[in-house]
Amino acid sequence: MADSFQFDLVSPERRLASFQATEVQIPGTDGDMTAMAAHAPTITTLRPGVLRVMHDGQTDEYAVSGGFAEIGENGVSVLAERAVPRGEATTEVIQGWINEAHEAHVKARETFKNEPGPVDDAAKLLSDMVAMGTHIGLDTRQPSL
Amino acid sequence: MPSLKDLKNRIATVKSTQKITRAMQMVAAAKLRRAEDAAHQARPYTERFNAVMAGLASSVAGSDSAPRLLAGTGKDDTHLLVVMTAERGLCGGFNSSIVRLAKQRIEKLRAEGKTVKVITVGKKGREQLRRDYGDLLIDHVDLSGVNRVGYGDAQGIAKQVLDRFDAGEFDVATIFFNRFESVISQVPTAQQIIPAKFETEGDAAPATLYDYEPSEEEILADLLPKGVATQIFAALLENGASEQGARMSAMDNATRNAGDMIERLTIEYNRSRQAVITNELIEIISGAEAL
Repeated sequence: MADSFQFDLVSPERRLASFQATEVQIPGTDGDMTAMAAHAPTITTLRPGVLRVMHDGQTDEYAVSGGFAEIGENGVSVLAERAVPRGEATTEVIQGWINEAHEAHVKARETFKNEPGPVDDAAKLLSDMVAMGTHIGLDTRQPSL
Repeated sequence: MPSLKDLKNRIATVKSTQKITRAMQMVAAAKLRRAEDAAHQARPYTERFNAVMAGLASSVAGSDSAPRLLAGTGKDDTHLLVVMTAERGLCGGFNSSIVRLAKQRIEKLRAEGKTVKVITVGKKGREQLRRDYGDLLIDHVDLSGVNRVGYGDAQGIAKQVLDRFDAGEFDVATIFFNRFESVISQVPTAQQIIPAKFETEGDAAPATLYDYEPSEEEILADLLPKGVATQIFAALLENGASEQGARMSAMDNATRNAGDMIERLTIEYNRSRQAVITNELIEIISGAEAL
C-alpha cells in the first residue's frame, strides 16, 4: 500500500471530506494534476471539474465549481467554492451552476465590450462547467449565447 | 386599588405573554443549535483560506505589483462601513451593541475629517442608524427572506462592496458584526476587509515554499475577492449564531420576569380576595348584631 496523506475537502458551507488518501486528482486551472504522498508543496487554483480521491482502495468523486488546492507537507487541502459528491451532482445542480456561469458571461460581454480578458475568462468558466457536466454523464445544456 | 376582575385579567395577560416568550426562547434555542453548527462547519474553510492568504500576502507585500485589494488605494479618505444586524428585534442588546460600535466609529472618523459611507445588512441596524446618519446610508441589503444564510448571500454582498471599490467609491472597508462567544456573551467586532488583513497565528514559522500554478500574482488576484466573500460569510454566520444566542437569553429573562410578575400579582389577588371576604363577613355580622 502506497503512503497515504491527510486529505481535506472543504467548501465555505461545510466540510465534505477529511481522511487519509493515497492519491488525489485535481482539476487545476492550468491542467489536471495528481498529488500523491510527498508531492512538492504547491498551490493551484481550480477550474470547474471533477476531483478524484483514491483511498482505501476505492475512489470518491466530487464535482467542484472552482476554488483552490493547497498541497502541503502535511497533506492536501482542497478549498472549493462549491462542491458536491458525484452522487448528489444531479442535472439540476450542475445546470444551475452552468446558468450562473452563463449569466456571468453575458454580463462580462456587456461590461467589458472591448477587453477580451474578462470575457474570455467567463467563457472558459462556462465551457469548463459544461464539459464537467458532460464528463459526469449528465444531459446538461449550454444556454445559447 | 384595582378590582379583583382587573387583577385576574392582568394575570391572564402576563401568563399568555409568558407563553409567547417561552415559545420564542425554545425556537431560538433550536435555531441556535443550527446556526452554531453552520458556523462550526464553515470554520475549517476560513482557517485554511486565511492561512494560505497570509502566506501569499506576505510574499507579495511591499512589491509594487501588489493588488489594490491587498495594498489599498494608497489613501485613507473614504471609509465604507458594512453594518450587519438582525432582521428582527426582541434579542436583547444584540442590535444596539453593533450599532453603538458603528456609531462610535462614525464619530471618530468624522472627527478625523474622513468621509463615511454606510451599507446596512439587516433591517434593525438600518432603522437605528437612519435616525442620526440617514445621509450616510448608501445601500441596504435585505436578508429578511433568507431562512438560512448561504455562501451565495455573502457573495452578493461581497460583489456589491467590490464593485464599489473598483468604482473608487471608498478606500477602506470595515465590517461590523457580533462575534459569537457563548449564549450569554456576544462581542461586537469591527473587522477591516479592504485592504485585506490576514491574521496569522503568532509569528508562525517561515511558511513552506510553495510552487504556484498559475503565478503567485494571478492566484492572489483570483483569491482576494473570494477572501472578501469568505470573511463576510464568516461574519454572517457568527452574527446568526449570536442573534439566536442573544434572543435565547433575552427571552429566558423575559420568561423569568413574567413568572415573578405572575407571582406578585397572584399574591395581590389573593390578598384583595381575602379583604373582600373579610369585608362581607363584617357586614353580615354587624347586620346581625344590629337586629
